[in-house]
Amino acid sequence: MRILNLLKTAWKAILLNKVRTLLTMLGIIIGVASVIAMLAIGEGSKQSIRTQISSMGSNMINIRPGADMRGGVRLDAGEMQSLKLADYEAIKNDASLISGVSPQVSGSGQVIYGANNWPTSIYGVSPEFVDIKKFSIVNGSMFTNDEVKSYAKVAVIGQTIVENLFPNEDPVGKMIRFDNTPFKIIGVLGEKGENTFGQDQDDVILAPYTAVQKRILAINYLQSIVASAISEEKADDAVEQVSNILRKQHGISGDQSDDFNVFSMEELISMFSSTNEMLTVLLVAIASISLFIGGIGIMNIMYVSVKERTREIGLRMAVGGMGRDILLQFLIEAILISITGGLLGVLLGLASTVFIENILNWPTSVTSYSIIISFAVCAVTGIFFGWYPARKAAALDPINALRYE
Amino acid sequence: MKKEIIKIQDLKRNFKMGDEIVHALKGISFTIHEGEFVTIMGSSGSGKSTMLNILGCLDQPSSGTYEIDEIDVKELSRNDLARIRNKKIGFIFQSYNLLPRTTSIENAELPLIYNNTVSTEERHKRAVEALKLVGLGERLDHTPAQLSGGQQQRVAIARSLVNDPVVILADEATGNLDTRTSYEIMSLFQKLNRNGKTIVFVTHEPDIAAFSSRTIVLKDGNIIKDESNQNVQDAAKALAELPKGD
Repeated sequence: MRILNLLKTAWKAILLNKVRTLLTMLGIIIGVASVIAMLAIGEGSKQSIRTQISSMGSNMINIRPGADMRGGVRLDAGEMQSLKLADYEAIKNDASLISGVSPQVSGSGQVIYGANNWPTSIYGVSPEFVDIKKFSIVNGSMFTNDEVKSYAKVAVIGQTIVENLFPNEDPVGKMIRFDNTPFKIIGVLGEKGENTFGQDQDDVILAPYTAVQKRILAINYLQSIVASAISEEKADDAVEQVSNILRKQHGISGDQSDDFNVFSMEELISMFSSTNEMLTVLLVAIASISLFIGGIGIMNIMYVSVKERTREIGLRMAVGGMGRDILLQFLIEAILISITGGLLGVLLGLASTVFIENILNWPTSVTSYSIIISFAVCAVTGIFFGWYPARKAAALDPINALRYE
Repeated sequence: MKKEIIKIQDLKRNFKMGDEIVHALKGISFTIHEGEFVTIMGSSGSGKSTMLNILGCLDQPSSGTYEIDEIDVKELSRNDLARIRNKKIGFIFQSYNLLPRTTSIENAELPLIYNNTVSTEERHKRAVEALKLVGLGERLDHTPAQLSGGQQQRVAIARSLVNDPVVILADEATGNLDTRTSYEIMSLFQKLNRNGKTIVFVTHEPDIAAFSSRTIVLKDGNIIKDESNQNVQDAAKALAELPKGD
């Protein structure tokens, strides 16, 4: 029997029992739709985490002091003084995979302008900080390296500071006081919003690190160093390179442990993604159960169908149908049911994804692999669950089948 | 001498029923030549169903030989038997066995679906020709539910003709029909026979046997009578003589 005839016969059998077939398909439809929707939700939140972290600078590298065991006492990272200006300069001069690097020291306090005041943090950085953190300057300009060298008391402020201190004024050129230290505002940063951790990235004051070290914190070490790799792909290599430079700087050799930590945003993303992926796997596993039950539904209805059509099978055998022809007829019918169900499931899945995205405002992202996989699973389900009923039909004895009541 | 379509020699068929062995056919021999119209008669339990199953290549003998169109079926596999049924035999059943909710054409062309050498167009053409031959040229797209019993049996006859078989095997083909319709169907069989078709017709009604050229009577697995009919009735004439309004 030719494949086209088989398809026609199977399709006709399906059309003759529309309601029953549709109900049978329902399990597959719901299964496929939920697999696609769950994967879309998982992929969507993964991507949203990635964009949020990337907005902080996806090729950013953070260097912090850490795990200082000298003298046998572990110290809090903030208290540790293992990062020096010389480390920053070594990275700046020797690290070929780093495109920008800036020291970072920070302190919190009250900023005052006229009658307004606002609790915030001041960050002592170098001019490259703006590029590393993907800030933009919307008004005025960033301070220069000369101003860093001269301990200039100049500042660039974020939008949250502008809103709270300068509701109706142009802040550029004005003097503010941070913990009694006056700073002249020379620039305003563009709005960036919250980062992944819910921190307001616009609630900042940037000033030359020299000035913050000396006037506000009265320290001569660095709290941390931020850098950016020349590209996202090179971030891991850059982490390696920076680590080696710092080990050399600090005279750490062999298996001695580092007194600093270097990590890239990539690591942060994968840390967050792994939690998210576990959740996705769980959701998909639950959805797959529905797909499995759908398969059992198909098997059930195919058994009923074989029983109902015993005489038809007998007749087909009497006029020359071989076991193979009968097997294929029922197998193709099962596959057709599951594939049609799969197709409807894909449509329903896409529709529910649109619903989730627009009505529930959850980020979603439909990947082509989720459609391909669930569709393939569908076809396999059809073959797997259609096989036994079809085998049963093919093994019927034509004499008994013809006389079956 | 005409071609031997069916040649049976010392054919036996035993069934195991629990510990007992039932001898349904106890050594039967006969030959049917091309163009014969043979009725096989016998009461239930005489072995005529078993006989028909073997003649139709649905079952195989326990011993003895059966040759159809000079092919010995003894050593054939399940698939080879299916091919023989597909190409050499036309089946007609008491209960028509048409596919429900399927048009006359699609029912008639069913055997050809299992014959890969026949194209879709050829299949369609032959089904329409066969339906016209049995007088259903006007009802090609009717489903069995829209046809009377006689018309359904005509579709079944058309289905048995499409593969141009060497023999048509009819199993109580008039058993579900009233006298008038039975005669109409018998008249159709006689017409096919006149056109050269070999027909084997299983029945237990003597008046149906009167339309055939030879009658074989089975009893308890043996042939008790095998004689040619000297006085073949014409079904068309018998039909005309039936009282009106019957």
